[in-house]
Formats: sequence, structure tokens, C-alpha cells
Amino acid sequence: MVNESVIWNYLTEVADPEIPVLTILDLGIVRKVSIEGDHVQVTITPTYSGCPAMKLIEDEIIAKLREYKIDNVDVDLVLSPAWSTDWISEEGRDKLREYGIAPPEDEVDKSVLFSEPTVVPCPKCQSRNTRMISLFGSTACKAQYQCNECLEPFDYFKCLK
Amino acid sequence: MEHLFEYVIRIGDDSLILGQRLAEWCGHGPILEEDIAMTNISLDLIGQATTLLDYAAKIEGKGKNADQLAFLRFDKDYRNLLLVEQPNGDFGMTMMRQFFFDAFRKPFFEALQHSKDEQLSAIAEKSLKETRYHLKHSSEWVIRLGDGTEESHQRIQESLDALYRYTDELFYSDEVQKAMESAGIAPKMDDVRSEWNKTVDYVLNEATLKIPDNQWKFEGGRRGMHSEHLGYILADMQYMQRAYPGLEW
Repeated sequence: MVNESVIWNYLTEVADPEIPVLTILDLGIVRKVSIEGDHVQVTITPTYSGCPAMKLIEDEIIAKLREYKIDNVDVDLVLSPAWSTDWISEEGRDKLREYGIAPPEDEVDKSVLFSEPTVVPCPKCQSRNTRMISLFGSTACKAQYQCNECLEPFDYFKCLK
Repeated sequence: MEHLFEYVIRIGDDSLILGQRLAEWCGHGPILEEDIAMTNISLDLIGQATTLLDYAAKIEGKGKNADQLAFLRFDKDYRNLLLVEQPNGDFGMTMMRQFFFDAFRKPFFEALQHSKDEQLSAIAEKSLKETRYHLKHSSEWVIRLGDGTEESHQRIQESLDALYRYTDELFYSDEVQKAMESAGIAPKMDDVRSEWNKTVDYVLNEATLKIPDNQWKFEGGRRGMHSEHLGYILADMQYMQRAYPGLEW
């Protein structure tokens, strides 16, 4: 018998297409699973408005559940409450670090226009002596940093609250 | 309902046209990091446009989708601001245009979060987070270029002089705007303007830049009366769907 917790468990096997080290559950984008009869509804939320991975993630959820003979699946998208990096799991943060991406650090009030730059520790050598190269990076969710100690350039998963 | 469609199209077209403009920088940025930054901002804006135009299509109720609204309308059906269709110019011109727009969008989305229209409120909540980040980026560049070298100062002052005349339209008010305000759907433009003024005064002061004496103001975009630049943008943007109707990738 398929129940919601079984579905949640299957979803741990769906990786984020852009950061495959994270599952979509680590990332916190699955908001709800509900079952009515044999119909399964999975609700997801985008990280960024223009995230080009959303359609792919939707297809992968459907394909994954089909592997388990669950065919009657709909995936819908909600915008509110808006996704926050606070929803990335602790396990997800460890995985990011291991992968070479610095996980989001708590930042000061975002409504302030200018503030001291956030200290982002290097994911390789843990030094706090790092510098921001660019506010934007290879995907919508990342910024570029470099470590001043070990010189490693790295991605920072920027804080979004 | 007609007013709501018109209102949503305005916000959606601003995001769409500016997103398209910024995408023109792809592969042409002055440095790699800024090339990436401008295309990232473009992506956020096109994402917002998709949600907004999708919603507009639902309100319209003619069975269209966001793509059909984006790619199959004619120039006079577009409701974007004249500001966002202005050419990219040099990097400073693009940053100045972006700054004027971001400084408007931030208080606009902050207020739109409290809209009585649930879908607009959700879109605002999502977009606000992105907009704050864009504003930080564009403000920093305006300050860096304004308070930079003699040449950078002079060039960005020229951009400011060229673009300032389009900023009054940000707060355009007409029958549609007033109806949406009184329905509790649209933010009050006077409040948004006073927040915009605060940000602009602060940043231009830091940047040692001056608002031009020539206060002549342009408007027309909200009524579908555009500058000559929009046609070229649409020719580029709509080519594929005009040549191969219904094409998907």
C-alpha cells in the first residue's frame, strides 16, 4: 500500500539536476505530498523564478515514481511561501561542503542596501580569510568566492531569505 | 477583470523586455563575472515574466499561455515602460537603467506582497528576494563608476542624463492603476515613489552624480506608445515563433 511516507522515501532518490550531490529533499523544494485514491500529488517550489531546472525536476519526479509502478502522478508548482535557503537540510549543507560548494551563511538583514560582506569559510581548508569575486555565479543560486589562504576558487550557495 | 489583465501585463512586460535586453549582453560582457551577472539577472526577470504572463493569460481566458503572449503580440499591445526598452549602450548605461528599475521594483514588490490578489502577492514575495540582490549589484556599480575615474564619472553621468527622463513613467497613474489601487490590488504609487526617491538620492550622492536640470519627462509605454527601439527587440525575440508557429524545444 502506497502511503505518503513511502512517496517521501522514493523522492530521496531524485537528485537536483544542477547540484547532483543534493537530493530535492535536501534542497527543501518539495513542499507537500498528498494521496487521494491512486492519485499522487507532489507540490514543489522553485529556488529562483527563472530556475531552468524546474521542468526537468518535475519530469524526474514522475519518472522516479513510475519506476515504483506509481503512474498517476501530478506535480504542481507553488510560489508562496517563497523558498528560503533555511530549508536546505543539515545533511544537505554537509554534502555541499564536501562537494566544494560553501553552504549559505546567515546574513544580516537583506533589506539593508549596503552591509559588511558575509564571511564565507573556504570549503577546502576552512579558512575564514576569503573574498567575494562576484555576486553571481554559474547558476542562479550561487556566487563566486576565492580563498586567500589556499587560493581555491569556489562557489558559494548564496543565502536567500 | 479587464483592468486586472491590463495591470498584470504591465508588470510582466517590464520583466520580459528588460530580461531580453540584458540577455543581449550574453557573451559581450566587459568581464566574465559581469557577463554572468547580467544573464543571471536576465534569467530571474524572464522567470518572473513567465509567471506573470501565465497569470495574465488565465485572466484573459482565451486559452493562451505565457509564450503566446510573449511571442505573438504586436508592439502596440506591449505595456512595458519606455525605460526598459532603451538600448544597452555601454556597461554604465546598462547599470544606470538597471539601478533606476531595481530601485523602483524593490518598494513595489514589498508593497505588492500585501496585494488582495493572492497570485500577485505570491509572485511579489518570490520576486522581491531576487530584486533586492539585483539592486545591491546595480547600486554598487553606479557608485563605483560615478565615484571612480574621471572618465567613468563622466560617462555614467551622461547615462544618467539620458535615462532620467524615463523615470517619471515608473509611477504612471491612469484609470487602470487607480482602479487597482482602490481594489487593494496595486500598491499606492505615491508611497513607492517616495521610497524610490530615498534610494536614488542616497546612491547618487555616494556616486557623486547629479540629477539633470532638464526635467522633461517621457511616457507612453503603459499606453502601448513605444520608442522606435521596441520593434527591433520584438523582431529579435519573436523571430522563431513567427517563422515556426508553435515551435517547442
